[in-house]
Amino acid sequence: MEHSEDAGVFRLNDGTLLVQTADFITPVVDDPFMYGRIAAANSLSDIYAMGGKAVCCLNLVCYDSCNIEARELRSILMGGLDAVKEAGAVIAGGHTVDDPEMKFGLSVTGIVEEKHLTRNNNAKPGDRLILTKPLGMGILTTANKVDMASEKTMETAARIMGMLNQGAAAAMNETGAHSATDITGFGLIGHALEMARGSGVTFRIRTDAVPFLPEAVDLAGMGLIPAGSYNNRRFAGETVEFEKELSDDRKMIYFDAQTSGGLFISTAPENARTLLEKIRENGAGDAEIIGEVVEREEKFILFS
Amino acid sequence: MSQVVDAKGLACPQPVILAKKALSGIEEGIITVIVDSEASRENVRRFAESQGCTVTAEEKDGEFYLEIAKGYTCAVPGQTGAPARQTGKKRAVFIQSDSIGPDEELGKQLMKGFLENMVELEDSELPSKMIFVNRGVFITCFWDETIEKLDELTKRGVDIFSCGACLNHFGISGKLKIGEVGNAFDSVQTLVQHENTITLG
Repeated sequence: MEHSEDAGVFRLNDGTLLVQTADFITPVVDDPFMYGRIAAANSLSDIYAMGGKAVCCLNLVCYDSCNIEARELRSILMGGLDAVKEAGAVIAGGHTVDDPEMKFGLSVTGIVEEKHLTRNNNAKPGDRLILTKPLGMGILTTANKVDMASEKTMETAARIMGMLNQGAAAAMNETGAHSATDITGFGLIGHALEMARGSGVTFRIRTDAVPFLPEAVDLAGMGLIPAGSYNNRRFAGETVEFEKELSDDRKMIYFDAQTSGGLFISTAPENARTLLEKIRENGAGDAEIIGEVVEREEKFILFS
Repeated sequence: MSQVVDAKGLACPQPVILAKKALSGIEEGIITVIVDSEASRENVRRFAESQGCTVTAEEKDGEFYLEIAKGYTCAVPGQTGAPARQTGKKRAVFIQSDSIGPDEELGKQLMKGFLENMVELEDSELPSKMIFVNRGVFITCFWDETIEKLDELTKRGVDIFSCGACLNHFGISGKLKIGEVGNAFDSVQTLVQHENTITLG
């Protein structure tokens, strides 16, 4: 595939494609098991964004042996295994290197049936846009590094990041979708831009419908925004228009780099409600229809 | 003598934390924070402004020098047109018991009456935060009628926090019905920042 897809794709035979992806991240929460689970969910997500299913994984471990005890490392790996088991896949091995900064993730091999292959460049005017997880995770995990996020919000954030996009992908395969991607480091706007530009359309987002964790706005106001989110704004800021008046802190939510974010799906209007209900039934209770696809305008993304 | 904080080469949010430490060490004065990324420049500026400080930034050879003025209340030249926003938004209410005064039975009625009557206040008169500590957390867990009124307040922009350690102490962490669990940082910051704190109970 010649454009920027979520994962590498190879044709195995008629009807079945092999998808391959890898990702790893530094710790985002304090609990080692949850960190492992989140890192694995984050790695598996690209497979789901393409409508696929994970088959086989390898652990990728950069181990900070000076600061992370062996039993903590074990918990991290157990957290990863927990997510992989839920995905119905196996861990076939892995590789560890010594590194002063802990990182963990997976290399994932998956398969996707050609009829389910969901690319990120096929949104059509009239489609509705669905986001399956709330935003704000980049700001919250940055604040958490210096204990400035509340425990209650961090528990919610860990649960959201630790949730697999498997259920949302299953719903998408069942109901059908035109296009999908997962929201990770480029934030909602960065990934939406990729999809809108690739599809030659504009996305009109209903600002008030976009789910986010409110504490993230307060923490943004205190300067706890990751550098990646500022990079996203620099990279994509010109392609967006905020028609609705919003505080600068609130705007940063839509540029915020996500870890293990939700799927962002474009589907025909008559399917949207059914798909949303199924996604929620499959575990992503915060999913919302956040906007619609319109004919290409000057800006690729409008927040109204 | 102005203090200089060198935060070059540090990733977010470390420069903010260094600025925070330096600012909390002075009552009034100017500190200069040096950073070398745009993200850190913006973050330090956001933090300082959220603490009510005035910030000016200057770039020299890819490094940013942020001058942060704390505590001076007079207007900065050139910004005299800024409106003085004196609303109740800088008021905090600190509730440290579920009763007001020595008689407990009467005290609980007084507390209930006081909190429930807050919905009658104008938006501009409402506090920005309410913090429940010690036996105050029983209110946010069990006083259903009061909780309904507090819920109206949260919808009007009042942030409600209950002390996490207090909830744990009474073994009622899972019972919280309104607002968020606050940590010690939030509470201290609120009490220090707000011009006017009303203590009840």
